[in-house]
This record gives sequence, structure tokens and C-alpha cells, in this order.
Amino acid sequence: MLEIRNLHARVAGREILKGLDLTINTGEVHAIMGPNGSGKSTLAQVLSGRDLYQVTEGTVTFDGKDLLEMSPEDRAREGVFMAFQYPVEIPGVSNLYFLKAALNTIRKNRDLPELDAMDFLALVKERMKLMDMDQAMLNRAVNAGFSGGEKKRNEIFQMAVLEPKLAILDETDSGLDIDALKIVANGVNALRSPERSMIVVTHYQRLLNYIVPDFVHVLSEGRIVKSGGKELALELEESGYVGYETETANAR
Amino acid sequence: MEMPTEVDTIESLASREYQWGFVTNIGEDSIPAGLNEDIVRIISAKKQEPAFMLEWRLRAFRHWQTMTEPTWANVHYPTIDYQSIVYYSAPKSKSDGPKSLDEVDPELLKTYDKLGIPLRERELLAGVAVDAVFDSVSVATTFKAKLAEEGIVFCSFSEAVREFPELVQKYLGSVVPYTDNFFATLNSAVFSDGSFCYIPKGVRCPMELSTYFRINAANTGQFERTLIVADEGAYVSYLEGCTAPMRDTNQLHAAVVELVALDNAQIKYSTVQNWYPGDKEGKGGIYNFVTKRGKCLGVNSKISWTQVETGSAITWKYPSCLLMGDNSVGEFYSVALTNNYQQADTGTKMIHIGKNTRSTIVSKGISAGHGQNTYRGAVKILKGASGARNYSQCDSLLLGDKCGAHTFPYLEVKNTSSQVEHEASTSKIGEDQIFYCRQRGLSTEDAVSMIVNGFCKEVFRELPMEFAVEAQKLLGVSLEGSVG
Repeated sequence: MLEIRNLHARVAGREILKGLDLTINTGEVHAIMGPNGSGKSTLAQVLSGRDLYQVTEGTVTFDGKDLLEMSPEDRAREGVFMAFQYPVEIPGVSNLYFLKAALNTIRKNRDLPELDAMDFLALVKERMKLMDMDQAMLNRAVNAGFSGGEKKRNEIFQMAVLEPKLAILDETDSGLDIDALKIVANGVNALRSPERSMIVVTHYQRLLNYIVPDFVHVLSEGRIVKSGGKELALELEESGYVGYETETANAR
Repeated sequence: MEMPTEVDTIESLASREYQWGFVTNIGEDSIPAGLNEDIVRIISAKKQEPAFMLEWRLRAFRHWQTMTEPTWANVHYPTIDYQSIVYYSAPKSKSDGPKSLDEVDPELLKTYDKLGIPLRERELLAGVAVDAVFDSVSVATTFKAKLAEEGIVFCSFSEAVREFPELVQKYLGSVVPYTDNFFATLNSAVFSDGSFCYIPKGVRCPMELSTYFRINAANTGQFERTLIVADEGAYVSYLEGCTAPMRDTNQLHAAVVELVALDNAQIKYSTVQNWYPGDKEGKGGIYNFVTKRGKCLGVNSKISWTQVETGSAITWKYPSCLLMGDNSVGEFYSVALTNNYQQADTGTKMIHIGKNTRSTIVSKGISAGHGQNTYRGAVKILKGASGARNYSQCDSLLLGDKCGAHTFPYLEVKNTSSQVEHEASTSKIGEDQIFYCRQRGLSTEDAVSMIVNGFCKEVFRELPMEFAVEAQKLLGVSLEGSVG
């Protein structure tokens, strides 16, 4: 469903991704790990269409379409969802209103009828249970005044409502205590399905104890330098990223 | 900023008889450009006004000649030549204006389309000469009959001058005296028409009053004058303007609105102003210099101003409250948006005179493009206003880096038992906020409009339901193209 070939991308004049290849099939969960500055977040941002990042070479095909040609909103409508590392606050816009507008644009794109307020509320209430969220949160402004944990939970809750084909979780574990981490991971696991692929970007192995990936990739200096099964993550936990940094350095 | 002069009631006139003014035999067409006493006399005569009205106009005119145009506002525009303006034109004939919508600027039509304005209204708004029978006429007639049952007077100002001269004479200029300020004084001398509304004792007006339903409402835009009186225990909600952009060949607008609330009366005045703002380069556009003031004359009275200002090249407007009656309440909720080269200097004055008077100010300024947005507000607590309270909040939102937001709050407190609070904030719509929305499937335009509407929420919830929905749409349309 997602084919990344020889992807090069730069931000503020600096090349971050330097020829990245990755194939993700439908229903697979891939973890992208790597040291700071290796390009993990850049990959997430490039896939979601952030224009601060310029793609200079390579291709990304999503469901047979050229993903890089699409605007961020078109990618979202086609089923690409990013759970942000730092979810943005939007004062005065209620979560409920925001999510309804988002869902209905996506549904429209899928030739589904828009949900009216009642049906939408029913859907939302059902999905909230998944994230152990308080209903009062629906009427609060998007992420405004939320704790770090609440923001991350809200991201996964949005994902549960929008039902993407490809979910990119960008450092979803950062800033979470162990209880919050479990709630978030449970939510993500409940959303795993044969129709949905996920990319879990993380620095630490900890999250992968709860969200067990099918594949683990190590990113270093803008390229995937090693791929393996879930045991690779444990290996990294033992040895850290030091070896991978030197490995690429040696490769030059 | 200019403070309102103390309440000076209009002098009682020697003759209280209903007299017609002198009549000069003049043609149907516009009078020559320029302003002098003769022009004032002609206007009064054309409108067949009683003598007191002419006298009042003349006094205003003479006073105006001693005044100079104010320069304290944070707006810049070429000098206005007051002698080049035509101060009266007869009701437009069909030969003026576009013949059909085909002749109207397609940009304007696109906007009407986005706002969902019905075809007939589009024609009216665009100034298309339409045949005399409107659907709204019959609506207006039924409407008037219903109001009459309650004893409510709602008519054009000219009609009021003829039919209810005593009421007009009693209240005209009692809130905004003809000496008040340059633009209000000019209006007093030459005002063309406007609305008059009187709600008798104890009557709660059964519907929202809107100029839309008033026949004769067309083409009174330039020097409009509105007077609303709510007698003891009365209530009225009044809607002014409309969300559709209105064209007008007159560039200068100087309106006056006076509200009077007697004991236990309440007036809610909502405005959506969307006069032509000029093109993207800032050419054309209406200069809107408005004086709006309400007087809470009676105890426990309340006046609320809610405004959504998106139009005009220049907006100069400070809907204010004189809180005279004990326990009276004044409110001001405002959204002012400037895009392209628009400039707005707007805010309010809350003058606390009576005991335990309360006021609330919530102002939301949005600047986009090269727009300049100034909040100018004054809270005055006079010596006798013990226990007075004020809460002010003014927030500015910036889109892009070529626009500006300015805040000038003035505070004058002469009573130690009063309480005054002021909060202010300035924020920018972030690239990251827009991206977040787009990543959820919303277009940039929808994202901006959603963020802006969220910012304005506290004001929109004060608007009557239907108006609020329209106002939200309007903000979205007005901001189109402001974010790349």
C-alpha cells in the first residue's frame, strides 16, 4: 500500500533523508527507530505533506497514487493520518466540531453521506470508550489546556473516529507516563486491522512492548540501515544506537 | 479619544405645533453638490419636515462649520472634500444602476453565491433596478400590522418625523447631541433617512426588528439616522445590516444611532456591517464614520451592542453606553476584521454614572493582508458610580506579517468602590495550526475560517441565532485568499 523509493528530503537547506526505501503492505505495523536527528520525524512530516520539507528525489506511492503530488488535505482524505508529536491547540474550536468537520470531508471523499449531529455523536461516544476519555473533553477546545497525556490520547481518539488506511504515529510515547502509555497503546492496538497499516516512529523501545510491530527498521543518517522483526527492537534496547551511528559512518 | 458630552436634552422648542417646513419648488433630481444653509433647507423641504426639524438641522449645520475633522483615529485616508458631496438625491430611478445581474461585478456575484443569498435579494444588494413589487413588501405589511397590535412603532425616520413628531422631538439628539462630533454633527444637518422604533411600556417586542423588513429602507445608507426608544419595562432586539456586501456609490457614510432605555427596559442591538471594502489593492471602498450610543436612562435598564464588522475601507465606530440609571448594564461585543488594505479603528465607551452599574466589553480584532485593526475603548467611572464594575477583554488575531493590531484602552476611575478588570491578548494563526487542520482533511480556507470563528465565539454567541450562522460564513468569505 505504501512504497517509498530512494526518498531524499531537506529542511532549511539541510538534507535529512538521503535515499530512504520502505515498503509497507496492508495491515502491517512498522516501527521506525533511530537516534536523534536520524530523520524519523522528517519521514513522518514528509509523508503527511508538511511543506517546510522539500522532497528533492525519489517517489512515494500510496495505493497506486503519487502521494507527493497530493496536498496534505488530499492525503488525509485518501486515508493518511498522522498522530502528531506535538498536537496543536486551537482555542475556541470544540473537539466535537473539529472532528465532525474533518470526518465529513473525509466521508465526502469516500462518497459516503455526511453524518448528522446525532449519528456523529453516537459514533464519537462509542470510540471514546476506547481511549478511556471523559465526555466533557468533547466540548473543550481542541487540545487547549490539555495535559501532554490528554493530547496524545486525543490524537488516537481522532484516529479512531477518522479510520485511516495508513496511520503514522510520530513519537506518540514521548512525554507519557506508564499509565498514559498503556491507555494510548491499548487504543492503538484496538485499531489494528487487516485493512490498516501503521508506521510507529519512536526513539525508545518501551512503546513497542505495548504496540508490538510486525517489522522494525533502524533509521540512521536519513536511510534505513537495518530491518528486522520485533526482536530487533529488543536488541536495540540492549546495545543502544551507537553501533548504527558508526555503521553508517563506516559505510561512507 | 473623544468622550461623549454630558447628556444634554434637546431644548424645548417654542412651537410644538405640527408645522410643515417651508417648501421650495424643486425638481425630482439630485440637488447640486456642496453644503450650505440653503442645501439644508432644501433637504428638509424635500422631506416635508416640520419646523423644529429644520431648526435642529440648521443649528447642527452652523455648529459643524465651527468644527474640524478629527485626526486622532489610527486611520489614514485622502482628505474628504465635503463641498464635492451631493447631500440629497431623490429616490433612484430605474435608469440608474445595473439593469440586471449580468451587469454586476462577477466577483460580487460569486460572494453572494457563497453566502447563499436569494436571487431577489442579490438584485437589491447589487443595486439592480428592480420593479416596484417585492416579495418583502407583503411580508413587511403583515409584519407591521402585528407590531401595531402591540402598540410598537417601527417606521422610517421621515415617517416618524411626520407621524410622531412629539416622540422624535423628545428623544432626537438626547443621546448624541447635534454638537457631539464632526461626523455626527454633519449627519444631524443632512441626514437622509433611517429607522425609528418605539416600544411602549411593558411591551416585549414579539420579533426581532430588522431594517430588512422595512419598506423604504433602500438607499438611505449615506447619512442614516436611527432612533430606538424602549419605554419602561420594554424589550427589543434590533438587527442592522446584512451579511452580503453592499455597493454604494457614496463613499462617505456618517450614520448616527441613538438608543434610549427607560426603567427596566432592554435593548439589544446587533449589527453585521459589510459595506464594500475596496478592491485587493485598496481602491474604492466605503469610509464608515459612525456614531452609535445608547443611554441607560432608567434604573435596571440594559443596552447590549453586538457588532460584526467586516466591510468598509475605513471603519470609525464606537458603540457606547451611558449608564445613568442605578443598576443599569452596558455590553459591547465586537468582531472587527480587516483584510487587504482595510483599516478599522473601533471600540466602545462605557460611562458609569449611576450606582452599581455594570459593563462588559469583549472585543475581537482580526487583521489579515495589509489590514490595520485598532481597538480603542474607554471606561469611565464617575464619582457617583459607587459599586460600579467593568470587565474588558480585547484580543487580537493576526494572519500573516503585513497586517497590524493596535490597542488603546483608556481608563478613568473616580470612585474607589468600583472594580475594573482588563485582559488583552495578541496571537497569530500559526502555520502549524493550519497544517494540523489540513492533516485532518480540512482545506486551508476551512481551517482559517474555523480558527477565526473559534476566536470569535464569545461574540457570536451574543448574536441572534440566524445572524450568527451568517456571520460565521461571512468571516470565512471575507478571509478568502488571506492565507497562501
